[in-house]
Amino acid sequence: MTQYLEFEKPLAEIEGKAEELRALARANEEMDVSEEAAALDDKAQELLQELYKSLTPWRKCQVARHPERPHCKDYIDALFDEYTPLAGDRNFADDHAVMGGLARFRGRPVMVIGHEKGNDTKSRIERNFGMARPEGYRKAIRLMDMADRFNLPIITLVDTPGAYPGKGAEERGQSEAIARSTEACLKVGVPMISIIIGEGGSGGAVAFATANTVAMLEHSVYSVISPEGCASILWKDAEKMREAAEALRLTAQDLERLGVVDKVIPEPMGGAHRDSTATLEAVGDMIEATLTDFENRDRDALIKGRRQKYLAIGSKGL
Amino acid sequence: MNWITNYVRPRINSIFSRRETPENLWHKCDECGTMLFHRELRDNLNVCTNCGHHMGITPRDRFAALFDGGIFSEIDVPEPLADPLHFRDQKKYPDRMKAAQKSTGEKEAMLVAVGEIGRTPIVAAAQDFSFMGGSMGMYVGNAIIAAAEAAVKLNRPLILFSAAGGARMQEGILSLMQMPRSTVAIQMLKEAGLPYIVVLTHPTTGGVTASYAMLGDVQIAEPNALICFAGPRVIEQTIREKLPEGFQRAEYLLDHGMLDRVTPRTEMRDELITITRMLMGMPQAVKGDLPKPEAGAETEVEDAAAESVEVKKDAPADAAK
Repeated sequence: MTQYLEFEKPLAEIEGKAEELRALARANEEMDVSEEAAALDDKAQELLQELYKSLTPWRKCQVARHPERPHCKDYIDALFDEYTPLAGDRNFADDHAVMGGLARFRGRPVMVIGHEKGNDTKSRIERNFGMARPEGYRKAIRLMDMADRFNLPIITLVDTPGAYPGKGAEERGQSEAIARSTEACLKVGVPMISIIIGEGGSGGAVAFATANTVAMLEHSVYSVISPEGCASILWKDAEKMREAAEALRLTAQDLERLGVVDKVIPEPMGGAHRDSTATLEAVGDMIEATLTDFENRDRDALIKGRRQKYLAIGSKGL
Repeated sequence: MNWITNYVRPRINSIFSRRETPENLWHKCDECGTMLFHRELRDNLNVCTNCGHHMGITPRDRFAALFDGGIFSEIDVPEPLADPLHFRDQKKYPDRMKAAQKSTGEKEAMLVAVGEIGRTPIVAAAQDFSFMGGSMGMYVGNAIIAAAEAAVKLNRPLILFSAAGGARMQEGILSLMQMPRSTVAIQMLKEAGLPYIVVLTHPTTGGVTASYAMLGDVQIAEPNALICFAGPRVIEQTIREKLPEGFQRAEYLLDHGMLDRVTPRTEMRDELITITRMLMGMPQAVKGDLPKPEAGAETEVEDAAAESVEVKKDAPADAAK
């Protein structure tokens, strides 16, 4: 059963009624509800389109955080063959909030790295809700260096509320790890493609999302701070997250206009979670097209192009 | 650029925009509560003469004490777009900017300058915590890039003094993008084989720590400076336990291997001279009276500097104390 977001309540009602009718019909053979149910379905579809036609930034944040939205692991399972996870930072631990390893993408060997949030209580705890610790970033740095040496394109899947704000994480150099990871992204002489599939939370996202091509799913968000965090600092009231989400310009559409994001990948009507297969396929096609674009680019051109792109950011306003 | 715009005008401006009004002759130490005479405090670089507590210092005051004879020339920073997101919280961003400019007398949160310390040519950048919490926005990013480019062009080391609450929320994603942008700047220095020294001052947090402030060849902090990614309050809320004494302070980070040194502000200049001269392969700094400047390495640098940068050859001798 679909989990409905707060703003989808009217939709939940209609779809619930349609489901009830069908259940009744299943119990009672003589009843024919197909007409009524179809009418309700039409109404639901209409409402869904109405709701998703122009999602407010705060609603987009909710969609981006939807528990059923496809996560990094879903992309790896669906789009990559022979995924061979490589664990550990060789210093302290393996961070389960960060997945990464060798894999074949539609035949080509690549390095894939991403944040994984988990999808039930157990896996969420194991994955630390997608909040990486220094070990996660250091593992990513190790994998990026390896990809660079063996000439493997790097694909990162970004989905994190932010880097983990914990005691141990700070003691072990969370900021240094993030800084070095961003540095590693800028250093590699292979194509670096990054897709923000859900939440791009601040420095924790930048550390993976500094790439030749940065794409975002239509309803994903990417921000310097969470709307709740921004509201509590600037409005002194965490409940003002709607205003903060508006002001921060964190939607894929605004970020594309600002030149921070290169591509926006459309989502199925009602968000990625309503049709995961289509979403995964669309992301796969985007990766393939981008890899093909970069095929004959030499190392220096890739590094230089990436740097130039970042140096130029900020020349376009809204 | 010439002597008038680089030296005379800033000096005149700084006289008129002095933050310390004559009425405030005494300053209370935030730590021990001792009343300190303003001149004495300034001479001691805003370090309490009683307890050694390091109070904030503006980039301009810091540079005046850092550079030989207090002489430095500012580097122009390319002006970014103003208010690119049309950001508005309880106040409009341009209004917040105007208020910050008025209260500090500065244009933005970072000052970049070239000059000499102990006759060692350097480029320096310092972040101004009194300007909107030193927050890293597009200007700060541009300033770091300008500083790195000047250092590469003049073949000088870059010394950066960090102080910031983090990224400037009012510039949204564009402030976050200063993390990769400043990292590109640091890579330019590394590729040119030039030293990049970071002096972390109180406080250095968030996206600033997680980018250029942690990428130094040498990482020095001022005593008791708060240096972190996530602030202590955020962490306490997350883990729901009390944090240990001194957590995320300079000495704590030194203990955990995140810094090279913790050095009092009053000894910082000598230390920076020592380190940069070794990294640049220059002879040991001379203490006491200066001999005649050697023909060679330094003149070459000055020639390169001559077109865009005013270099003072008649720096007073007290410079090389």
